[in-house]
Amino acid sequence: MAEAEPTADASPVIEVRGLSYSFGERVALRDVSFTAVAGELLAVIGPNGAGKTTLLSILAGIRKPDAGTVHTPAGAIGWVPQQAALYRRLTVEENLRLFARLEGVDDVEAAVEGMLEQTGLGDRRGDQVGTLSGGNQQRVNIAIGLLSRPAVLLLDEPSTGLDPRQRARLWEFVHGLAGGGTTVLYTTHHLGEVDRYGDRILVLADGEPLFDGTAAELHAAVPESRARDFESAFVAFLRERGH
Amino acid sequence: MRWLLLKDLQILRRSPLIVGLLIAYPLVIGLLIGFALSGDDGKPRVAFVNEVPPDEAFDLGAGEQEFGADQARAELCERVECVDAPNRERAQEMVRDGEVLGALILPEDLLDQLRSLTSLDPEPATVDVYVNEDDPVKAQLVDDRIQALVTEANLILSERISAQAADYIDLLIEGGTFQLPFLDDELDILGLVRAGQILQGVRGTLPAGSPARTALDQVIEFARLAEDNLDFALPLLGAISEPIAVEKIDVSGTSTSIDSFAIAAAATFTLMFVTVLLVAGSLALEREENAFVRITRASVGRGGLLAEKIALGVIASLAVTLLMLLVMTPFGAVGWGRGHLIVLAILAGGAAFAAFGAAIGAAGRDVRASSLLAFMLSLPIALLSLVPSGTVSATLFDALEVFRSLFPFHPSLEAISAGLDAGSGSLWVRLLHLAALLAAYAALARVALRRLA
Repeated sequence: MAEAEPTADASPVIEVRGLSYSFGERVALRDVSFTAVAGELLAVIGPNGAGKTTLLSILAGIRKPDAGTVHTPAGAIGWVPQQAALYRRLTVEENLRLFARLEGVDDVEAAVEGMLEQTGLGDRRGDQVGTLSGGNQQRVNIAIGLLSRPAVLLLDEPSTGLDPRQRARLWEFVHGLAGGGTTVLYTTHHLGEVDRYGDRILVLADGEPLFDGTAAELHAAVPESRARDFESAFVAFLRERGH
Repeated sequence: MRWLLLKDLQILRRSPLIVGLLIAYPLVIGLLIGFALSGDDGKPRVAFVNEVPPDEAFDLGAGEQEFGADQARAELCERVECVDAPNRERAQEMVRDGEVLGALILPEDLLDQLRSLTSLDPEPATVDVYVNEDDPVKAQLVDDRIQALVTEANLILSERISAQAADYIDLLIEGGTFQLPFLDDELDILGLVRAGQILQGVRGTLPAGSPARTALDQVIEFARLAEDNLDFALPLLGAISEPIAVEKIDVSGTSTSIDSFAIAAAATFTLMFVTVLLVAGSLALEREENAFVRITRASVGRGGLLAEKIALGVIASLAVTLLMLLVMTPFGAVGWGRGHLIVLAILAGGAAFAAFGAAIGAAGRDVRASSLLAFMLSLPIALLSLVPSGTVSATLFDALEVFRSLFPFHPSLEAISAGLDAGSGSLWVRLLHLAALLAAYAALARVALRRLA
């Protein structure tokens, strides 16, 4: 596997070594290792069943790995599930306040106000979440993941179900987070977003890490004739490795 | 945990249908049970039609005891609520429309038939009864009531006839005057005592060794024996009027009044439906909203989430059940002298039901599936818990007892009965039972949450 080294002047905020996980007999992850530095946007991609969501759930502390280690600053990981985990009958503000309290945030009101401002949902603060558009619900979903000001944010397919305009606004927001120093690990099936917004790419297939590098490096890893764009380069890359 | 509880109450407040149901349900049930308990004096409504000519009465003998339509009505109305009907047609209509359980008709020739009982050609007296047996349960009830009424009427008549027969025997022994039925004439009865005295007097006039004296001695001896032994017939006649008397002895050691049982059953059903459905639905909602993992990843954890749901169920069940009991209070159905015990029973029952609901909610994937599962499990369990002993085979009842001890309905029913009524047995044993069920179902819910998360 080609593995990109983190920049020499930045120490990793997350360091994963030899991670393995099985659902019974089925291996979901096999010996996955990588690191990420502050402000880095790391895309985790792969075909369905590659182990992307399992990897993120282990990093989030929801599942315990069978083997391997994850090193992060204590309590510094924010997690945003694929489907918006929100109470539709509560308002935007009430959702943020509830999860801030459950996360044990010191200054709840300040955190809520900060997130409302950061997500641009201040004018919708009193609206019940069920009345918001999918894009705005996803913004609240992400805002909840950011309430504890984590150093690392995990986004599981954050753009699923959003229209192109909403996706563009979402990535603008996420890019802003990374610009502010938050390390963002995300999974996606929209490969154009990876090419456009990902600093680095981690490719998983059947639980095995196949590639760790930039989009340009993945392009370079397949024959020129078969890589007209990133998506075809990715498909050719997987095919060459038997997936 | 309190923030989760606050969140659930906020969500509940924003569900007008559920809030409306939680308020309306105990109000409606409380009013219905209250009216039923206060309005029902335990007597079925029976229409009464009298075709016996007015002022006609059945003389049971000696012109002293008469039995007429008015007396029959008075005896009947002590046992049922009489509704006077002008004629048979109207009585039939009342039965058909369900205004009354049945109708009793005293036919025109009833007293003639009763008089024949004292004649040489006795003919059983018959009354007509109209019933509406379209409903098998009601039909059974009507049959039982009519049989009971007829038995009581026969008992009253046999007591009167036995008393009259005793008077006749007394007349035979002591002698006196006898009023001939249907004739305006009196008959002088000599009586065995006076007959014996006369015979003794005649015997003294006969010479010793006279054959007539020997024959007279036999008659005197017979009169003496009759005089002495006919007295024994009097208690015997009393025994015939009621050969078997019932003395009821309660072997259970507890006796819950029917009112207390009705209130306890209504309260337990309310407790069950509100708590189980609310907790199962609320826990399933955490998954439906995809918030379950996010919550349990935070400081709350699965145990905290379960505790919060059980607390939610206890709060809701206490509020709703107390509201229902308060609604019944003006009807005199609930005495609050034992209020603290009632609250204790509701708390324990609510907690056990909440844990049961949590186990269902943990197993269900969404609110609809959990609610349906909760309903489909709760109702048959409740109905099976109400099966009384003696109505099924002993083996089946033993199995039922084991079955119902595994669910909170029966111990809750007994606990609330014990809270309402001092005669309903020990509350503390039921509280312990409910505490054990709370622990067992909470553990089950925890396992289900871990496996199905």
